[in-house]
Amino acid sequence: MASASLFDELYREVILDHSRNPKNRGRLAAPTRTAEGMNPVCGDEVILDLTFDRECLSCLAFDGQGCAISQASASLMTERLTGVSRGEAREVCLAVRSMLVQGGEPAAILGDLEALHGVAKFPVRVKCAMLAWTLLEGILEPEEYSPGGRSS
Amino acid sequence: MLDTAAIRKDFPILNEVVNGHPLVYLDNAATTQKPRQVIQALVHYYEHDNANIHRGIHTLAVRATEAYEGTRRKVAAHIGAASPEEVVFTRNTTEAINLIAHGWGDRFVNEGDEIVLSLMEHHSNIVPWQLLARRRGAALRFADVTPDGYLDLDSMRALIGPRTKLVSVVHMSNVLGVINPVAEIATVARQFGAITVVDGAQSAPHLPVDVAALGCDFFAFSAHKMLGPTGVGVLWGRRDLLAAMDPFLGGGDMISVVKQEGSTWADLPHKFEAGTPNIADVIAFGAAIEYLGAIGMPAIRAHERDLTAYALEQLLAIPGVAVQGPRNPDDRGGAVSFTVDGIHPHDVSEVLDAEGIAIRAGHHCAQLLMRKLGVPATNRASFALYNEPREVDALTSALRDTIRRFGHGQRLAV
Repeated sequence: MASASLFDELYREVILDHSRNPKNRGRLAAPTRTAEGMNPVCGDEVILDLTFDRECLSCLAFDGQGCAISQASASLMTERLTGVSRGEAREVCLAVRSMLVQGGEPAAILGDLEALHGVAKFPVRVKCAMLAWTLLEGILEPEEYSPGGRSS
Repeated sequence: MLDTAAIRKDFPILNEVVNGHPLVYLDNAATTQKPRQVIQALVHYYEHDNANIHRGIHTLAVRATEAYEGTRRKVAAHIGAASPEEVVFTRNTTEAINLIAHGWGDRFVNEGDEIVLSLMEHHSNIVPWQLLARRRGAALRFADVTPDGYLDLDSMRALIGPRTKLVSVVHMSNVLGVINPVAEIATVARQFGAITVVDGAQSAPHLPVDVAALGCDFFAFSAHKMLGPTGVGVLWGRRDLLAAMDPFLGGGDMISVVKQEGSTWADLPHKFEAGTPNIADVIAFGAAIEYLGAIGMPAIRAHERDLTAYALEQLLAIPGVAVQGPRNPDDRGGAVSFTVDGIHPHDVSEVLDAEGIAIRAGHHCAQLLMRKLGVPATNRASFALYNEPREVDALTSALRDTIRRFGHGQRLAV
């Protein structure tokens, strides 16, 4: 039998659900922004499409292939961020990064994304979970601005 | 089968407990574990013989040189080389292939020449040739792989022709496990005046190898995949080819006379071993060769063949598991790649690791082959002389458990 604790920490039921039945999987017809990335270690691939309606993320979709963690993380992201403001999305991105990369406790703003908390204990898999989020960070800000406020 | 109970006593690491389970080490195609004899050879060298080689007069230098050159003689005998002078030590198989690409390729490959490889090559037998082709204006050609995991020999024959300068092919695939008909390929290449390079990284550890019988021109392999330490590779080459080649790296130990206007090279094989080499690990590699020789490569091959046959049978009995590569254990070695329907290899290996079972997941440095197979990655279990049928059982039982946990065999979106 697989060691229950290790398996359950990493593959929480929410993650298995999203990996079996991903939300918002596919491509958008006319995305405002698109990013594509790969995790060279695992070969995970994620393509992320966003549509902005002014300051609101009206639509998110993802495509690609990879391990359960990488795909569930993208699916959870699209579910959590659809319809939210750019500002809220920014906060969620920071909270995910804090939880997975900086070892912080999960913030309340994460909602279901808290299910990814266990991944933080598996350094090799953090990259899988962060793949979609790194892509999002790259396309979340308006194109003419970079987070530092300088013109890009 | 071999007396694995006795053999396992020589490998201290096999007693490790991993995540609360006894280690089941099935990642031998990546690197094998080391017997005490090899570890002790390293310790003995540093405690008793440590000195630089080939130059000192003092006793330790003589002992170190003798032990280092002793390994060269053992390697030569192990692979049927005509002379120890045909055995060059490198860092690994990759460096050995790069040595050929520079030392032979830069000198003899010209614009319009062709280099024939196969789609099942490891990146280390692709990228050095891509770089050579770019330097020299040559072209690469890739022989196909059949759907059942064999080299498509017809496609390779069709590619080898008057323009072919060099054929480089893997002896045993690290993904498919298939053993390629190297002797046949070398015969075809020779008819067109081309040389044959064999990537023996997976075959030298697991099969009896006789370079003379293979009829190839170069044969490259790594110590760490055959019970030896990391940091030691071997390039065997035909003496006339090695003699005609330029050195790969310049420096100490590889020269005969150095003058302001130029230098002359040392005799074979020292022409290709610039600088202080990895003396300790080469010496310990000698202990690994002795260990393999005492058991005997034919017995090791028979043991691993039987284990592979059992693993294929057990894996294929699991619904949703597909095996890449030949089904006939006589045609293949013990690197067994498989995919589990709906579960990504990284998730499989993660769950197996929680049970102390070490396998490899990924593209195995064979992206051309992954594309050909139409899979992003595979799982790979690979066997060595110390593995036992009960470890295959541990693998298959954990796999069934994984499939159950990931959703009762439902197809996952991956």
